[in-house]
Amino acid sequence: MNGIPLTHILFVSTALFFIGMYGFFTRRNMITILMSVELILNSVNINFVAFNTYLYPQNLDGIFFTIFIVTIAASEAAVAIAIIINLYRSLHSVDVDETGELKF
Amino acid sequence: MNSSLYISLIPLLPLVTFVLLGLFGRKYFNSISGIIATFSLGFSCLLSISIAYQYFFHSERVNGVLQQIIPVKFTWLQFSPGLSIDMGIVLDPLSAMMLVVITFISLMVHIFSLGYMKGEARFATYYAFLSLFTFSMLGLVMSTNIFQMYMFWELVGVSSFLLIGYYFEKPSAVAAAKKAFIVTRFADLGFLIGILILSFHAQTLDFQTLITRLTDPQSAQYLSITAGSLLGVSMLTWGLVLVFIGGAGKSAMFPLHIWLPDAMEGPTPVSALIHAATMVVAGVYLVARLFPIFVFDSAALTVVTYVGAFSALLAAIIACTQTDIKRVLAYSTMSQIGFMMFALGVSGHGGEEGLGYMASMFHLFTHAFFKSLLFLGAGAVIHLVHSNEMIDMGGLRKHMPITHITFLIACLAISGIPPFAGFFSKEEILTAAFHANKVVFFIALFTSGLTAFYMFRLYFSIFWRGEVHLHGEHHGEGTLSMKIPLIILGVLALIAGFVPFSQLITSDGIALETHVDLLFSLTPVAMAVIGILIAIRLYKTENNRSDGVASAFGGFYHASYKKFYVDEVYLFITKKIIFNFIGRPVAWFDKNIIDELMNQSAAITAAVSENIKGLQSGKVQGYAMYFFWGILGLSALFIYLFN
Amino acid sequence: MNTSDILFYCISAFILGTGVLAVTTGKIFRSAISLLFSLMGIAALYFWMALEFIAAVQIVIYVGGIVVLIIFSIFLTQKSGEEMPKPPLSKIWFSFFSVLVGFIFTYYLIHQYGFGNGGEQPFELKIADIGNQMLSLTGKGYILPFEVISILLLAALIGAIVVAMKIKNKSE
Repeated sequence: MNGIPLTHILFVSTALFFIGMYGFFTRRNMITILMSVELILNSVNINFVAFNTYLYPQNLDGIFFTIFIVTIAASEAAVAIAIIINLYRSLHSVDVDETGELKF
Repeated sequence: MNSSLYISLIPLLPLVTFVLLGLFGRKYFNSISGIIATFSLGFSCLLSISIAYQYFFHSERVNGVLQQIIPVKFTWLQFSPGLSIDMGIVLDPLSAMMLVVITFISLMVHIFSLGYMKGEARFATYYAFLSLFTFSMLGLVMSTNIFQMYMFWELVGVSSFLLIGYYFEKPSAVAAAKKAFIVTRFADLGFLIGILILSFHAQTLDFQTLITRLTDPQSAQYLSITAGSLLGVSMLTWGLVLVFIGGAGKSAMFPLHIWLPDAMEGPTPVSALIHAATMVVAGVYLVARLFPIFVFDSAALTVVTYVGAFSALLAAIIACTQTDIKRVLAYSTMSQIGFMMFALGVSGHGGEEGLGYMASMFHLFTHAFFKSLLFLGAGAVIHLVHSNEMIDMGGLRKHMPITHITFLIACLAISGIPPFAGFFSKEEILTAAFHANKVVFFIALFTSGLTAFYMFRLYFSIFWRGEVHLHGEHHGEGTLSMKIPLIILGVLALIAGFVPFSQLITSDGIALETHVDLLFSLTPVAMAVIGILIAIRLYKTENNRSDGVASAFGGFYHASYKKFYVDEVYLFITKKIIFNFIGRPVAWFDKNIIDELMNQSAAITAAVSENIKGLQSGKVQGYAMYFFWGILGLSALFIYLFN
Repeated sequence: MNTSDILFYCISAFILGTGVLAVTTGKIFRSAISLLFSLMGIAALYFWMALEFIAAVQIVIYVGGIVVLIIFSIFLTQKSGEEMPKPPLSKIWFSFFSVLVGFIFTYYLIHQYGFGNGGEQPFELKIADIGNQMLSLTGKGYILPFEVISILLLAALIGAIVVAMKIKNKSE
């Protein structure tokens, strides 16, 4: 593990973050957007863990943050999917472009 | 006696009445509002008579001069330590006399209107306006400073506007009200500029200080105002002439007289009050108030003289040809005010020289009585026959004896037949003119002959000539409340001339000995009698001699009938010249530049928002994109620029 | 380059590859499966970093919880076999461009900064330490966030039920 510099791990997390970003920009289906968000959250998790292990091995804060983020991601996914299902019920669509009732 | 309280009550009572009737009258006590207003004004009238009596006969004279008393005064607006606008009440011979005239005539009109306006839907409104007018007129004559006077002056204009336009269902009344307001307002602009010139140089607004400063050739203020000049005329003359224009507007002097005949659209008692006895003499009062300064400036005084004399003559000529009885009276008023004006113009200051001033005020005093009597009489006639035209009248002496007698007294008074009131005052005016200016004297002499002629033309046309067929049922001469003022005023028109006026009001305050010179009086009285005789010959019975005379005068008669086309000239100037050369370009500018500026800015805003509306797409991915680039830009900014 | 390093690069490539698939595949179900693999790859990365506990959490919650939830919702709302409508090409290119710029910018910064190897002492994770610190009341304890998160979870649970609940029409 020591043979790999931190920046390489950060490369992975950054790339994953922007992949999620790309998905967020291009996808129209809300569920796939949610997936993109999960990717983004995971890239953040990788960052926390990597920083913790590489830079502050005596501490555990990064680990805690990771755990909390995972928890929050779980609850976020639950609420988001509840909203999506509700929206699907009323609009029969989960397309973000069709949910423009509140614009202007 | 706390005189300042009593004297403040005089104008305050009508004000309170106005507020009371104006706010609640129509809704709660419409039918008794007239009684309320009459009683309140009656009280005010009693107060002013008693105060005037006390002032004239029981107050202290210093060297034979009645002292000016200022019982109430307080600072209203303090602009700078040296300049403030005060509110106050001044009591001097002039204002005491005006107080009595205004409250008394107003009271008579109030009583008369009880009968005349009976059954009007807006009875309370009418009395509210009358009270407002009385209040503002009283405030005008009791002003201690020129600015206070200006304010009340405008108030008087407004209440006159309201009363002329009282029958606002009639388009002609609305037009007349607007005309009166605009013409007098235009004149008031001159007044305002005059005030500004005078007070700028004198550095005060107070009458007393103003007069003291501007009549002392040594004072810095006097030097300042005479040093400045515009178009070769000194600033003093400019100021005075502009102030006089304001006065001429209110007093219907040529060429600003055009509103007065039209103002007859108002209820007739209103004409008696405003357009005969009180408001129209405001201009005379103004000149009299500033008379010590006018005397100092012969140019301004000359303007006053000739405008007055010309107006007197012109109005008398027009009055001879009009057929609407109220218009005849309106022109007659204008003519009589012209008398007052030129009497002031030919007057000097102090002693025998000041005869014209005293005569003018005397004429103002007597004229108020007989002219309001004439108007009220005309009102009674109109009330009976429901028409203003002479052709609808005739032989009314049998139907309305009291009106007939009092009207006759008033006609004799205005014609200057002894011993009626008008004789004395007119005599003194003519004497003053004779000593000062022969041209004016002959104009005046001729005009007084004309006056007698047109008054008796009116009298015979109403009460003699022919027989009018009144409609089946008519209400006779009118109620008691209409007869009483006629009788009171008739008596006063008979005896008002015997008031020792020269003892009370003179230019310098010192009593003046006057005597009636019988030999001198012969000519004017003879002129009047000739006028009356011609009128008898032409109008007493039904004949066509008058038509013959009219056709003999031909074009002149027609011009006079058309009021010498003054209205047409005004219309030409306003419609053809002002509208075309000023109004239209301004309208064009307004429409194409100002409006377009606004429209364009609105259009630009609309276009911009239409275009940026797309940014508010409601699409969450679009927002995320902005957010993303924003974050990117901000981080670049912070990392590379602010580091 | 030893086995460990090669393993890292393989895992990384797997994560990124499946990640890209997850956001680009036309069929939504495939997309979800790719996401699943990507998340498992991340768990593998944690294993590679010798963080067994975190890896376990990752698998249990993400793979076992969230992805299953997502798949369920796909079944509820979609016809999973169909191609999803594609966004306009311009949008794809612009998004790609934006993302590329962002990535280059960010990684450039990371590369410049370098993050020199900070800790010489090896990192060792004992699960007991996590438990102790999580529930500790001392300065470094995480008891308060722990409680807050638990309340948040409860709220999200109830909220999700309330939002997704079918409101019965009382008149029926």
